[in-house]
Amino acid sequence: MNEDEFRVSEYDCNTDLYPLSRREFLQSISSGIIIFFAVGEASTAKGQSRGKKRPDFNAYLRIGEDGRVACFTGKVELGQGAMTSLAQTLADELDVPLESVDMVMGDTALCPYDAGTWGSQTTPRFGPVLRAAGAEARAVLVGLAAVRLKVPKDRLDVKDGVVFDKTQKRRKVTYAQLAKGKRIERRLEQKPQVKAVSELNIIGKPHNRIDALEHVTGKARFTGDIRVAGMVYAKVLRPPAHGAKLKSLDTSAVDKIEGAQVVRDGDLIAVLHKNPDVAEKALTKIKAEYDVPEARFDDKSVFDYFVDNAGDGKVTQKGGNLESGQKLAKEVVEETYLNGYVSHATIETHSALAQFEGNNLTVWASTQTPFRLPQQIAGELGIPAENIRVIAPFVGGGFGGKIYNGQAVQAAKLAKIAKRPVQLVWTRADEFFYDAFRPAAVVKIKSGFTNSGKIVLWDYSIYGMGSRGAQLFYDVPHHRTTVSRKLRNGDGMHLFATGAWRAPDNSTNSFARESHIDIMAVKAKMDPLEFRLNNVTDERMRRVLKAGADRFGWTPAKKAPSGRGFGIACGSDINVPVVLFAEVKVDERTGKVQVKRVVCAQDLGLVINPEGVSLQVEGGVTMGLGYALTEEVHFKGGRILDLSFGTYKLPRFSWAPQVETVLIKADDSDAKGCGEPPIICVGGVIANAVYDATGARLFQIPMTPERVRQALASRAQHEVLTT
Amino acid sequence: MNETISFKLNDKPVSLTTDGERKLLWVLRSDLGLTGTKYGCGKALCGACTVMVNNRAVRSCIVPVRSIKGKNVLTIEGLAKNGKLHPIQEAFVKHDALQCGFCTPGMILNAYSLLLRNPQPTRREIIEGMEYNLCRCGAHIRIIRAIESAAQEMKGAR
Ligand code: FES
Ligand code: FES
Repeated sequence: MNEDEFRVSEYDCNTDLYPLSRREFLQSISSGIIIFFAVGEASTAKGQSRGKKRPDFNAYLRIGEDGRVACFTGKVELGQGAMTSLAQTLADELDVPLESVDMVMGDTALCPYDAGTWGSQTTPRFGPVLRAAGAEARAVLVGLAAVRLKVPKDRLDVKDGVVFDKTQKRRKVTYAQLAKGKRIERRLEQKPQVKAVSELNIIGKPHNRIDALEHVTGKARFTGDIRVAGMVYAKVLRPPAHGAKLKSLDTSAVDKIEGAQVVRDGDLIAVLHKNPDVAEKALTKIKAEYDVPEARFDDKSVFDYFVDNAGDGKVTQKGGNLESGQKLAKEVVEETYLNGYVSHATIETHSALAQFEGNNLTVWASTQTPFRLPQQIAGELGIPAENIRVIAPFVGGGFGGKIYNGQAVQAAKLAKIAKRPVQLVWTRADEFFYDAFRPAAVVKIKSGFTNSGKIVLWDYSIYGMGSRGAQLFYDVPHHRTTVSRKLRNGDGMHLFATGAWRAPDNSTNSFARESHIDIMAVKAKMDPLEFRLNNVTDERMRRVLKAGADRFGWTPAKKAPSGRGFGIACGSDINVPVVLFAEVKVDERTGKVQVKRVVCAQDLGLVINPEGVSLQVEGGVTMGLGYALTEEVHFKGGRILDLSFGTYKLPRFSWAPQVETVLIKADDSDAKGCGEPPIICVGGVIANAVYDATGARLFQIPMTPERVRQALASRAQHEVLTT
Repeated sequence: MNETISFKLNDKPVSLTTDGERKLLWVLRSDLGLTGTKYGCGKALCGACTVMVNNRAVRSCIVPVRSIKGKNVLTIEGLAKNGKLHPIQEAFVKHDALQCGFCTPGMILNAYSLLLRNPQPTRREIIEGMEYNLCRCGAHIRIIRAIESAAQEMKGAR
């Protein structure tokens, strides 16, 4: 099993516990035409449903008596535009106007099981099945119309939800009329014929977000905006450091604040009040003392600590034999690349509202994994998962940070003890503290190339993270990839939670690899584009490289660094080849890097919503500027030092470069996700462009002004030495 | 200390009795039920809580509610008039100037304040005016475009 798949299944929950069977679903639907379908894991569940309550489908759509189409899916809208692209997909196959599609998402009582919304999985895995389901529904409706109109099926066509006789347009019947008084249940058994690309009307066309109106008017409800009768707001007491142990606690001062209530469940200590700000103020009155373990390392020493204390690595990829590679090489290059911890820092902090009604619990939560939460709560609170309903309203950004649900479990515990609905919205400081960061990591690369600029040796060692994105798309006969994620004593390396952050590991791996490729190109006296093309035979990657270079207007420079500030970086994520070209300007006095222009070329297969893709590319590139230039969590042992936007610097308006999206036309291949690929090359492309602008090579990201100034200074020394 | 505080909220008079030190953000969100104004940091560092007080954008997370006595407060809920979107709202929709939408109300009101003072801003002036509003999803490029287009639109309307 490759590592990416592992990443995905890691968060899967035990669907056996999932409460809803197909029959129960049907009971809740009185009429209409219903198509059940399975995506991914549910389709393999056939035959297991006996005795267990696991449904054999994980999404369904329904055409109601009013002609409206509802699609029920456990996916969540996080800002990635899934609601819009899924509605487009369905509307097109069904031949209904986009406006008549309602997406019902992320509610465990209404929607069948879904493992979670992450990893750009929605478009590639869900999209094709949804198309098929739409096609199936259309076929059922056309069949009904044929009977009703007494016209053979092949003479019928559909437009805007109306089935009509092609030879006699007056003979027609609407979907609403066909669905009236009917209850037809179908299950998608085999893939029906979906439309050919040339027949698509909505898929592939730019479309504005269908939820935009709610957002611009302030009507969109995020979890923190939900209000229920009798609710109170909670603020939780945050320890000073990860690993800290509570020594003493004095909450007596809180009792003097009217309406404030202290609730404790083991390490969870919270203040409740009917106003969130009063709860927060009351919390500051608590006196708590902790034992804080001594710091083993901090944000500066972390890298040496990992390398010095790592246990034996695991070889994840291997080919040829390194000794032969070494012999073939004209020149061997060895370098080390560093990348710190990065926070998700979504503007919406983790939020949840928990409400008990008798034995039933409803939890609204900002989560990417609503179906995982009932079991987490069931485990902690000892109540059956069947009694728990989770609703994920609009989620204010996820990026992999909202799959753990810590805040929702806390809210549920507090509601149980307080016997009142409790809303918990983490403060910004909580958010930084409890976040599962993208891990800090070290990458060491030893490589070699021949006289003709062919890479023949690639020995790649990772410390602290996984190998997503480390799979080579350059042709290297002798290579090895080694991953060390544990200390010699078997413990994990990190002092706090780490996890997925928009294409986990890949940004760091791509930064290291692409920097290294550029270094070799310079040594081989080759243009970086030419050097890459010289070492890539994969056709998709070559096409993307060339198309991006074309748009960017790449021309080989006479010398390196050229002073133009141009960079290239290639990458591959979830089977999407992506190449970034960038132009930067470096202020050599301050060390500040301004990215002026970025061209992002990708091969995404069939594109559902080109507008959505541009948005995701711009978003990915802009967000990527943060990890490339400023974002880095400072810490000392388990103490997180960055607890506000004052010191943890996100990208701002003045950073926004001109971003151009190039898509390779590949309509006949399946649609692929685009939320992650564009971000992976941002670190690498800027590092390479900074070198091209100044001759300074950065081996650590983020490339803060201070680090850039240091690199500029050591460049000067280097020049002095060589002249 | 509790006191009675009266002001105009989205053109309607309101009056409430509460501790005047409390911040406007929480009074709006919990006491008055207007949840379009968002909490992002509580320290005037992100702009998610931006509202207009007497036609100026302020960060409601640090504004004591006492200080708005007798003033005019406009929140995102009050921007569309008679069911018609304000041109800035229209432009945000048309240009897809949002992803998760959480920063959007603050962005729109900050832009509103910007255009009120400078109806025909250059791109540079837009960037400067919006610089301290954070968007994690990276919608910046679209937001700039939306504000430019709204400025154009509003010029036509005058
Ligand atoms: S919540 Fe007020 S500026 Fe962030
Ligand atoms: S759209 Fe998500 S924070 Fe701006």
